[in-house]
Amino acid sequence: MGIRIKHAGLLTTVQDRGRLGYRQQGIIAGGGMDDFALRAANLLVGNEAGAAVLEATLIGPKLIFEQDALIAICGGNLSPTVHGIAVPLWRPVYIKAGNELSFGACVAGARAYIAAAGGVDVPLVMGSRSTYTRAAIGGFEGRALKAGDVVAIGEGASETLFYWEQEAGDRQDAAPFFAASWSIGSEGRPFYRKNPVIRFVPGRHFDAFTEGSRKHFLQSDFRISTQLDRMGYRLEGPRLGTEAALEPISEAVSMGTIQVPAGGSPIILMADHQTIGGYPKIAQVATVDLPLLAQAKPGETIRFKQITRQKSEELYIKHELQMQRLSMFIVIRYREER
Amino acid sequence: MSIVPVNPSFEVKLSPLGDTAIIVELGSVIDQKTHERVQALSSYLRREPFPGFIELVPAFVTLTIFYDPMKLLAPVAENNWNSLAEAAASPYEWVCELLMDIVSKLEGEQAAAPRIVTLPVCYGGELGPDLAAVAAHSGLSEKEVIALHAAQPYLVHMVGFAPGFPYLGGLPEQIATPRRSTPRLRIEPGSVGIGGKQTGVYPIVSPGGWQIIGRTPLVLFRPSHEQPSLLQAGDQVYFKPISYEAFIAWEEQA
Repeated sequence: MGIRIKHAGLLTTVQDRGRLGYRQQGIIAGGGMDDFALRAANLLVGNEAGAAVLEATLIGPKLIFEQDALIAICGGNLSPTVHGIAVPLWRPVYIKAGNELSFGACVAGARAYIAAAGGVDVPLVMGSRSTYTRAAIGGFEGRALKAGDVVAIGEGASETLFYWEQEAGDRQDAAPFFAASWSIGSEGRPFYRKNPVIRFVPGRHFDAFTEGSRKHFLQSDFRISTQLDRMGYRLEGPRLGTEAALEPISEAVSMGTIQVPAGGSPIILMADHQTIGGYPKIAQVATVDLPLLAQAKPGETIRFKQITRQKSEELYIKHELQMQRLSMFIVIRYREER
Repeated sequence: MSIVPVNPSFEVKLSPLGDTAIIVELGSVIDQKTHERVQALSSYLRREPFPGFIELVPAFVTLTIFYDPMKLLAPVAENNWNSLAEAAASPYEWVCELLMDIVSKLEGEQAAAPRIVTLPVCYGGELGPDLAAVAAHSGLSEKEVIALHAAQPYLVHMVGFAPGFPYLGGLPEQIATPRRSTPRLRIEPGSVGIGGKQTGVYPIVSPGGWQIIGRTPLVLFRPSHEQPSLLQAGDQVYFKPISYEAFIAWEEQA
């Protein structure tokens, strides 16, 4: 019982909010690339915000539900359908056993998060269910999903699920799924769009870059190259360089750190980045804008906008407060519908 | 970035790593003193983490601390989050204050005696295919390379690059050898290598360009252990040469 993978898509992995506390042992934090979509999907089905979900990339999977499930799909629009009928994003959806959820064209964004009430049930490894492919641990057998895998869904004992099961029982029609009448509207989500503007705070070595490099960084378009994965994105654009050769002593990096290796092409570190880096750090992406990068496709161009560290922190706090309100809003919606 | 004079002997530089972490620079060169400061601050924070503390990453001259800004500010904010956001209360500045206070107390902090870990290593042969290359490069015999490599303790400056991978300081200059021109696609776990002036042990199967001179039967990355990495920053590591028979016996025992 659970979700049977009929087709895995390009890269579908189990992710939660990451493996914290082990970076000092060289173990990456990992976790969902788009933390907002991951949390939103969980909240919509009554899970803890950090429950494990499936993260699909560009070409989504084909999933057969072997049991009734309350799900939510958030993030990029990879055209999810059941029996050819579009499944709406950003809202709770009750799918009946035996139906196939399949993804098609990548219409907007790059990654879709599929949460199921009860959470994806794989063993906790070092406090997390995130897949760490390089070390072959976490997630489903330490690897990306492939055809034939069956992923279990945890016991969803929440009142949310109870409501939906009642609702399903009341309905006599043969529809393979039904969706809630309400959703998280675009005003409640990050400003996802093509070719996004990414806000950053200057990194530790920003001032060591030449004036020309700093100007380019602020004013030029950078193209996300095809060299991208969950570890990082390499950018194409004007070459950046430091005034004098600079080889910083290796130290910690984090998701959103923008490093510039000797070749001059910046690299944005993403969720599966290594714990330590030794290249000059030109910038650090504001945490609130990381979801925009997670949803950017190869070939898209991005621009950078400098903000102060104070502004970045203020955006962070406001975003978290909004997340708390979203959580409350969902609980209230469910109560009203009872 | 703020610079905090703590005592005449060194200064502490604090800088943000985005909006959820802070880098504390405790020296400018890789040496024992700086390492001890990093260790002292690490052990203090492990013992007495502040509200919102998530984790720390010790490196050669820095300690990076990851924190949850909301949990950090919770005691200050009480029920007034909105006005707090408007007042642009800065979690970073709050952490800076906390850390300045802690660092000023560190003078009295005795660095804990380093843990000593001995890694048995079978040098050369099929387990150390590049021993001959290192010997040729150094103008020494294979025996002399082994003797030099195993002569002194190494300091684990930090663990990174791969789970459980130690950055070791202390390789004798005579046996420093450039990386292979063609990296290997598959290096077995436990392989002991030399890459330039560094030496280290590969904890998991990975590609790599280091000169492989031997292998330890010990497991460096143990996902099911409470402490998955055998080696921790601050440890002293000894390499002890063992025979191929001893290596096999060790592996069979495990």
